[in-house]
Amino acid sequence: MSGPSIHVERLVFAYPDGRQALYGVDFTIQRGERVALLGPNGAGKTTLVLHLNGILGSVAGGSGSGRIQIGGSDLHREHLPEVRRKVGLVFQDPDDQLFMPTVRDDVAFGPANLGLRGSELEDRVQEALVQVGMQDHADIAPHHLSYGQRRRVAVATVLAMRPEVLVLDEPSSNLDPASRRELADILSGLDVTLLMITHDLPYALQLCERSLLMDAGRIVADGETRDLLGDAELMAAHRLELPYGFDPLSVPGPER
Amino acid sequence: MHVPDGFFDAPTSIATGLIAAGAVGFSLQRANREIRETGPALAGLTAAFVFAVQMVNFPVGAGTSGHLLGGALAAALVGPWTAVLVMSTVLLVQGLLFADGGLTALGTNITLMGVVTVIVGYFVTRALLKALPKRVGSVVPATTVGALISVPVAALCFTGLYVIGGAVDIPLGKLATAMVGWHILVGLGEAVITAAVLSAVVATRPDLVYAARHLQADLVLVDADGNTSTVSPDKPIAAKPAGRSFGVGVAATLLVAGVVSLFASAHPDGLEFVGAKLGFESAAKDSAVAGSPLADYGVSGIGNSQVSGALAGIIGVLVTIAVGLAIAKIASLRSSARAEQTDLMQS
Amino acid sequence: MSGSAGDGLLVVVDSRIHRLPAQVKIVALFVFVLAVVSTPAGVFWAFALYAVLLAACVALAKLPVATVMRRLAVETPFLVFALVLPFVATGPQIDVLGVSVSESGILGSWNVLAKGTLGVVAAIVLSASTAPRELLAGLERLRLPSTLVAILSFMIRYLSVVSDDLHRMRIARESRGYAGGRAGHLKAVAGGVGALFVRSFERGERVHLAMQSRGYTGRMPQLATSGAARNQWLEGLTISLLAVLIAVTARVASL
Repeated sequence: MSGPSIHVERLVFAYPDGRQALYGVDFTIQRGERVALLGPNGAGKTTLVLHLNGILGSVAGGSGSGRIQIGGSDLHREHLPEVRRKVGLVFQDPDDQLFMPTVRDDVAFGPANLGLRGSELEDRVQEALVQVGMQDHADIAPHHLSYGQRRRVAVATVLAMRPEVLVLDEPSSNLDPASRRELADILSGLDVTLLMITHDLPYALQLCERSLLMDAGRIVADGETRDLLGDAELMAAHRLELPYGFDPLSVPGPER
Repeated sequence: MHVPDGFFDAPTSIATGLIAAGAVGFSLQRANREIRETGPALAGLTAAFVFAVQMVNFPVGAGTSGHLLGGALAAALVGPWTAVLVMSTVLLVQGLLFADGGLTALGTNITLMGVVTVIVGYFVTRALLKALPKRVGSVVPATTVGALISVPVAALCFTGLYVIGGAVDIPLGKLATAMVGWHILVGLGEAVITAAVLSAVVATRPDLVYAARHLQADLVLVDADGNTSTVSPDKPIAAKPAGRSFGVGVAATLLVAGVVSLFASAHPDGLEFVGAKLGFESAAKDSAVAGSPLADYGVSGIGNSQVSGALAGIIGVLVTIAVGLAIAKIASLRSSARAEQTDLMQS
Repeated sequence: MSGSAGDGLLVVVDSRIHRLPAQVKIVALFVFVLAVVSTPAGVFWAFALYAVLLAACVALAKLPVATVMRRLAVETPFLVFALVLPFVATGPQIDVLGVSVSESGILGSWNVLAKGTLGVVAAIVLSASTAPRELLAGLERLRLPSTLVAILSFMIRYLSVVSDDLHRMRIARESRGYAGGRAGHLKAVAGGVGALFVRSFERGERVHLAMQSRGYTGRMPQLATSGAARNQWLEGLTISLLAVLIAVTARVASL
């Protein structure tokens, strides 16, 4: 794979019900980068990430235009299965992601679609569950797990496909502090390109050296997370607020 | 309107079993494209929704209550073929997962609640949409009327079945009047809920309404430079009116069912129909569970369970399964061939 | 709630019956009910034997009797109705169907009660001893079309999610002072149901997106199950075959 992990140019998209969500998005993410995607509600963040593996957009038959490259090659109908393996998407609500009767079935769903069978499939499932520390819960039904456990299994379902790019939609939302930290430990230990939508600004600072700020369907700022969070004017203009008492200049950034 | 077991004699159960199997098999084939595009998850969620909503009782009068059947609503929202599958799935889960009686009356129940309400509701909706103004909002009154009509028609079908297959002689007029009269009231509740659901959907996600897909306005798109252009919205599934082929399918099923039941009734093989001599007006069940709280149902099972008191209905179910499997086999052979071709395009 | 809707009626214990493959249990249930319903209502000893067989099943499955009875109690209104039916001359329902007090009416009532109760208890044994996933795998093994199995699977998975949504909406309504009244009730319920559908449907869309993201192209992976061995079939069908034997004997005896 050559070229940047993700390259997006002039991306425009409207939903079938007429709402336009993206008004020309441009950005590039190099291999191995960890990038946070920040922005107020309704900015188009989730819509954008659903384009990265060809679920929305003209590739999927939707209304839009623009260009997306994954690993240097254009997103194309014929490459979709390969792109969906490369770009792993973790959805915001783990209940959307965990749809099979048991955790094991769920983690196996992706690799089975890639054609894995038998012991190879089992090894892959086990490996992914160990990565998130959920190997003891393989035979449990998803709705019997706690929310934090479900979030971790949701990450495992994507890791089982051995993605090169991991995209997470608000990974820390609704987690208690311990689960939030455990997830951060898991994420920082992964050797992948990471793009993470989040409203949890300290989380962005802890995990991502770079941030994109999105509003009204466009990227309005792109830079080091610490710089973005320190720019009070920019933050206020786009309805972003730091937690009470949090100073982005006084805490350590991601350990690289 | 869940028909208890043992309500009808063997030939009627066989006939309804065949109709149900035919309709499910045919719907599987026709819905294949819808389901490949929108995913089985959508159909499954719709089924879960119908199941949950059937637990919500509304007052009908005289201290009794009814609940939504959902056939016409489901047909308008996800299309008639998927709707038949959704309704059948709901009935199957009620029977298998919640011991909700009904295993032996499955064919009858699927026919009345999963097929008749869906078909009647959908055809009325389509017909009215032709007459109403050409905009998405028209689907609300159209389907509301469809829902209102679908319930008494199902009750009429029930009456017809009883006249053919009920063991007790009851004056047709009397039974029909009582059944239809009662179910017009239930239909009113059905219509109100259907209207409310559709209004909510049209207000928030008009693109979701299957029956109104062809009525959608074009999209205006603003590109990166601020230029606007007009595009037609993606129409993943052309909302084709249920065509001649479905009529042919139904007619063929009815013919087969009729012939088989003729044979069956020509050989009353000693099965005794004592149970069927005892009839239960379906309203009785509704009144029995009036106001049963949904909160308890996860623990104690569905409130509206009926006792299966069946006899020959089982034959209907067995035939249902056999015919359904045969049809599904054919359908899956065909669709898997088609699936190979369209895999990439659909994904 | 002690269990969520997604579990059906499952009672989590380990027993011979729990361990049987689901497809065996489904077939056994059908055969058993078939035998029961084809028994002439007048052969009372046969029903006593069926009851003994079922009681043995309940014991083998280690199901708490109280639990079975409680689930059976859900049917009580219907049973009472069946009992009362032959003796009530008028009333809207009975009037409609023209049942009068007669010998055949009483026999018919017994017929419904006996067969109905046996059928429901048998169905309870199946649903209390089989996890929903096993049931799905069993139906798949019995060659239910894969599309239906997939829809069933999603429906069962999201039953608890949708029910919880509905439950939360009801609490929200009631906590805002809504007490329920005849006219207002329908309107309030209808509005809530509309919102519930949009929620359910949008979740369905998101689930489909999540599936596509993991390479779904239209075929669900098979649920991994092993076929039932011959002795498992024999073990599972023993009671059903005994029931068939009883049914045949009863029919011969009543000739």
